[in-house]
Amino acid sequence: MNAFKDAGHLFRLAAVFLVGGLAFVGLRAFLVPKSFGEYGHYRGDAIAEIASRPVNYAGHQACEDCHADVLEKKKSGKHVHVNCEACHGPLANHVDDPGSVQPAKLDTAVLCVRCHEANIAKPKNFPQVASADNSTGLPCDTCHQPHSPAIIAGGTK
Amino acid sequence: MPGVEGFMYPNEVELQWSVLIVLYPFLTGLVAGAFILASLERVFQVQAVKPTYRLALLTALAFLLVAPLPLQLHLGHPERSYEMYLTPHRTSAMAMFGFVYLWYLMAVLLLEIWLDYRRDIVVLSQSTTGGTRWIYRVLTLGSSNISKHALEIDERVGWLATLIGIPSAFLLHGYVGFIFGSVKANPWWSSPLMPVVFLFSAMVSGIALVMLLYMLLTWSRREKIDMRCVDTVASYLFYTFIIDFSLEMLDLIHRIYEADESFRSLDFMVHTKLYMSHIVIQIMLGTVTPILLLALTQVLRLGEMTRKRIYAVAGCLTLIGIFAMRWNVVIGGQLFSKSFLGYTTYKMGLITREGLLVAIALTILPFVILWALVKLLPPWPEKNSGSLPNAAPAR
Amino acid sequence: MSITRRHMLLLLPTAAIAWKHVLAGTPEASPNYKMSEHWWGMLIDLPKCIGCGNCVRACQAENDVPDGYFRTWVERYHVTDYDIENPHVDSPDGGKKGFPPAKEEGGKNFFVPKLCNHCADSPCTQVCPVGATFISPEGVVLVDKKYCLGCRYCVQACPYGCRFIHPKTKTAEKCTLCYHRITKGLTTACCESCPTGARQLADLKNPNDPIHEFMKTHSVQVLKPYMATHSKVFYNGLDGSVR
Repeated sequence: MNAFKDAGHLFRLAAVFLVGGLAFVGLRAFLVPKSFGEYGHYRGDAIAEIASRPVNYAGHQACEDCHADVLEKKKSGKHVHVNCEACHGPLANHVDDPGSVQPAKLDTAVLCVRCHEANIAKPKNFPQVASADNSTGLPCDTCHQPHSPAIIAGGTK
Repeated sequence: MPGVEGFMYPNEVELQWSVLIVLYPFLTGLVAGAFILASLERVFQVQAVKPTYRLALLTALAFLLVAPLPLQLHLGHPERSYEMYLTPHRTSAMAMFGFVYLWYLMAVLLLEIWLDYRRDIVVLSQSTTGGTRWIYRVLTLGSSNISKHALEIDERVGWLATLIGIPSAFLLHGYVGFIFGSVKANPWWSSPLMPVVFLFSAMVSGIALVMLLYMLLTWSRREKIDMRCVDTVASYLFYTFIIDFSLEMLDLIHRIYEADESFRSLDFMVHTKLYMSHIVIQIMLGTVTPILLLALTQVLRLGEMTRKRIYAVAGCLTLIGIFAMRWNVVIGGQLFSKSFLGYTTYKMGLITREGLLVAIALTILPFVILWALVKLLPPWPEKNSGSLPNAAPAR
Repeated sequence: MSITRRHMLLLLPTAAIAWKHVLAGTPEASPNYKMSEHWWGMLIDLPKCIGCGNCVRACQAENDVPDGYFRTWVERYHVTDYDIENPHVDSPDGGKKGFPPAKEEGGKNFFVPKLCNHCADSPCTQVCPVGATFISPEGVVLVDKKYCLGCRYCVQACPYGCRFIHPKTKTAEKCTLCYHRITKGLTTACCESCPTGARQLADLKNPNDPIHEFMKTHSVQVLKPYMATHSKVFYNGLDGSVR
């Protein structure tokens, strides 16, 4: 009995710890996001949030649905597998509203050399030129038609 | 790119962990070291170091209170840090920090200090006046039972807390080493020796700090330094330092001999960007010199004044050396590219959130807290007022 | 009112389906997408990479990647035959603006695009203290930026240097494998804009995905295989000097 009495301050301390512990458990239940642990140790809602981001590149299918003519032309040339937005840039806006959002006109003098400027690290079988020597300063589309770039006798059609 | 030599992966150019993360293991190390020194007296009954017992506990508490601040300040979102307690990720070494820290603070350090000081607190709650009285009153938790039997119980529970405290202190700091040692992507960190090296360097720095503080505080109170105590503490410092140095050298020799794919890159870094802080400050100045100085006091019979001076110099060099060690681990581990093809530079800000001034403030803060703690809970027996020894048990 | 392409479409019988597509605008999250039916990865066919930097630019445009940080980037390697261990590598601005003519002559030269490897045993998700970064049910490593502390442990843990701290949000950032696109049936922005097909999104759970045939017939490797992260970005023709 006496021992119990003399340890009274320890019970008080234990009570303080207990109150702290309970407060923690209570707060935890309140603060942990609802969807946490839905699929794993993370907020399940995060997946939908990340997935809801709008796209900027519409994807070549969206382009080809309307521009079947260009697709036809590409099929005859080496650029058949180059997707539209690889050169034209992200155009989801245009797909959403083709009437008012028009793609910018491209400058072939800047565009073509991105891929075709000669570089020692490029695969040897990839067509590449030293642009300064090749074009004598003219834009590439003077001779090459970008959608089907091979030069046909007599110029670009 | 300025500050970059060779090739870094483009996202690597910027350092992620700044001087504050250097400070964090340094401060935690001081906590663990100071506590282990205190435990020696309690558990292993080393009477000689008794004068440092309470001071070591208060030092540990002061530094432990500051230890999470550098972490908090370096977070991108400090306001979210409570998530560590809400949803700790079991596989993350870092997630357990909150719990290890809380366990050590609450279940070990505060408990032990409270039990040890309870008699003083009760007496002070009756002898003081005003605001401080209220602080003491709250600290008594409303129980002023300091009967002989109650104090005996305190003594036994306190002993138990210390016993649990030793592995807890090992855990606290070995675990900080594990945070670094378990990063397999980083060969400078990834080593099973890392927790052990961190632990022993922690003990070294903690013992050195308590030794310095004891000498400084005793001197400032114009009392006589207990040379038996300081000699014993210094010999502990010497022995732990030798273990620590051996472990670090083992790690180094192992790396040099194995010379794995990262070796050329790391070796180059140690000889260039880290030469000053690693070879000169950490190894030569901060480790070899203090070990030699302490060895002198072990072999030669030196006068009291000489010993004191040697201890003071060796202690300061030790703290510098251990800080340099933390720097070389944390900053050094981020200076080279994980491609092993290049190096970047750490540019420390001055008045930024993770800059030099904040680091200095965080280094001074524990001493301010310690000063307040010493005022509140004097670690030495009062000689003149006589209020403590003569106070009647409040019953 | 002038007759635009839009009106023309109405007149063409073959364009009926296309018109539906236009009305629908960009694809919304497809209701048929089930997370459990996919296991995403990527194939990088190195002999096809021409270092144009299209992928880096596309990634930046699609995902608002801040300047100076990269979710994907391209490295150029220069390896001399007597020192394969010490390649010379450069990646000016992550290859975003292409590559200038090489300084060194001779040796072996090639490009290596890099991105998050979406490791199945990812060290970055392992170390996240709060569960702010995770592997989605279909194997994509993602970051929950509303939950990330910005402790940067994941950045340290990634062996490939694929993570960074966004300078504005102060949270960890990385390649999402265009999660917002692949869940809508599109390919990633980098694959969409790669002119040579050097990058191909791969669904390892889909038995009809060409990746299976490709893996059977080619020598395929992952980066730093000794890290045992079970990387899901597979490289064809990867040189031993690549780090």
